[in-house]
Amino acid sequence: MANGSKQIVDFAKIKATMADPYKHPVQVIDREGKVVDPDTLAKYSDDQLVDFMKKMVWERTLHEQTMNFSRQGRLGFYAPTAGEEASEMGSVTAFKENDFLLPAYRDLPQMIQHGTTVAKGFLWSKGHVQGNQHENPNMLFPQIIIGAQYVETAGVALGIKKNGDEDRVAFVYTGDGGTSQGDWYEGVNFTSAFQAPAVFFVQNNGWAISVPRRKQTGAETLAQKAVAMGVPSVQVDGMDIVAVHEVSKAARDFAVAGNGPVVIETLTYRYGAHSSAGDDPSRYRTKEEEKPWFDADPLIRLRKVLTDKGVWSQDQEDKLVDEYKDEFKQAMKEAEAAPAQKVSDFLKWTYNVPTPAVKKQIAEFEAKESK
Amino acid sequence: MAKMTYIKAITSGLDQVLSDDPKTLIFGEDVGKNGGVFRTTVGLQDKYGEDRVFDTPLAESGILGLAIGLSLTGWRPIPEIQFMGFTFEAMDGIVGQLARDHYRFGGQKNFPVTVRTPFGGGTHTAEMHADNLENYFTSTPGLRVVTPANPYDAKGLIISAVESDDPVLFMENLKLYRSMKDEVPDEKYTVPLDSAKVVREGTDVTIVAYSAEVNESLTAADALAKDNISAEVIDLRSLSPIDTDTIFASIDKTHKVVVVQEAQRMAGVGAVVASDIAEEKIMSLDAPIGRVAAPDSVYPFAQAENDWIPNSDDIEAKVREIVNY
Repeated sequence: MANGSKQIVDFAKIKATMADPYKHPVQVIDREGKVVDPDTLAKYSDDQLVDFMKKMVWERTLHEQTMNFSRQGRLGFYAPTAGEEASEMGSVTAFKENDFLLPAYRDLPQMIQHGTTVAKGFLWSKGHVQGNQHENPNMLFPQIIIGAQYVETAGVALGIKKNGDEDRVAFVYTGDGGTSQGDWYEGVNFTSAFQAPAVFFVQNNGWAISVPRRKQTGAETLAQKAVAMGVPSVQVDGMDIVAVHEVSKAARDFAVAGNGPVVIETLTYRYGAHSSAGDDPSRYRTKEEEKPWFDADPLIRLRKVLTDKGVWSQDQEDKLVDEYKDEFKQAMKEAEAAPAQKVSDFLKWTYNVPTPAVKKQIAEFEAKESK
Repeated sequence: MAKMTYIKAITSGLDQVLSDDPKTLIFGEDVGKNGGVFRTTVGLQDKYGEDRVFDTPLAESGILGLAIGLSLTGWRPIPEIQFMGFTFEAMDGIVGQLARDHYRFGGQKNFPVTVRTPFGGGTHTAEMHADNLENYFTSTPGLRVVTPANPYDAKGLIISAVESDDPVLFMENLKLYRSMKDEVPDEKYTVPLDSAKVVREGTDVTIVAYSAEVNESLTAADALAKDNISAEVIDLRSLSPIDTDTIFASIDKTHKVVVVQEAQRMAGVGAVVASDIAEEKIMSLDAPIGRVAAPDSVYPFAQAENDWIPNSDDIEAKVREIVNY
């Protein structure tokens, strides 16, 4: 080809415009607490907005109390949630009790909202089987192998479709790092191939332990990855609970109408460490990076809107925090009163019908346990 | 009763479970219209429809995720992994998730999944198609692993596997698919999931084998009989759990044992059988436990596989050594 002649395909242009549909993440209330989409906000009554605020205060208090328990050595693995309240509470409240939740380890608050107890959440963290036994059967336990919850979502969604359940979807969470897993693509792609009802959340909190979002992929947004699977997707301001809720509701409506799945990327931030087990963010990120995110706090901006409306006060919030703290302390007592676990039970749950070797081991452990 | 190949017997068993339980589903790569690359599911989509027998996108981890999620919504999935070598792509699904999900729920939920997959050497496949990978799965609590050595057991075992509420890995031997025929009842019957079978009675030595090596062992037993060595042959059928009662009863009679497997010798099923025997029956033995296994190389390039796979001559030689100890 001669120098300077037009090439048959302009890859540079394609690359430069791939993220165009994602230039403006959905937002209703901006970081200053200014309402940028009054029409959408007008759909929500003051009571609904106050309820959103209560849920975020609940989650922030749960996080702080959990960190306290953690420092006291009363919990095991815990993945801090501070900063992600709008993303987590805004999304989970868009779903119905009969919808099936597939959480990962940072999603205890959504699980509790969807129908388990705080005590069960603590029991999960402490390493007790009761932490996996929920009042609402429509959920899995927190997934540890990141990506597995995505492929399993494809199965739940296909099962819902095959059962002919008309007002039911599967919904699932992972983080920004999770989108690099092969299972992430397989899960979204299978669900798309079967046009089954699911909503896939990517809570992009900027960090996969110590690896920043920009190192996960050359793609400008994580949402645009869905396009390759024929799945519509959106980026939403994950610090804006009204925007997250509105987008989640729209996604659920789209999926239950038989249109196949949706991918939602919430732009949020992990204020704290990856987990309570010794991760120290000061090793890999700066205070300068953190500050703008702390300033964008989801509680600050909704608090401002509600205070301006005259339906929220600091007094009211302080009282709520005290109530929630009491509730969580009570839940911890309940968790600590759970019966000791028995190895014989573990053996009994390994198979439906114990194998001969397992039967023998059950007898051996029962003999030890009865002493 | 009709004479049926091993593969037809599996098809017949799958037909039975699809007909018995409307919640059963068969899915995987090429299992629908094509009836599977070996035709194991041939005709089933026509008979039961695309809702019950369907193709998936080409991704094994996705197939296992599908199976687990379908279990959570009340279905009884029968996924196919096209070749056992491809199970590596589904290792988390099978070992990390499926096998332990009943336990993780503290027994509250069942995951009645039967994963079917062909394996086994001797048919000159491309690499990663023929490997005996059972040891990765027999060391997995919560998962049952079975493999039939003849058409009768193939049908009875696939029906039991699907009806079981435990997850089962059902290994189908490639070489046996069309190389042997058996009387197989048209009607429904089951073969228990956790029992070995004495397939030839004998008094001088016990040969424990499974899958294609059962036939090699029977050939060896025929040859040994000409020299008045009476070999009892046991087909394990279940690789997890292992039916030690049947093995021990035989050893109490013969006092000598040779354990045979097609897989590499290292950390395999034969090692588990040998250690169980050593632990419980060492005082009953008149000779060391003999082992026949493939050598510890990577599965060989196809042209050389018959030099590598243990055959009836290898078994016969080892039995003579043990009997004459």
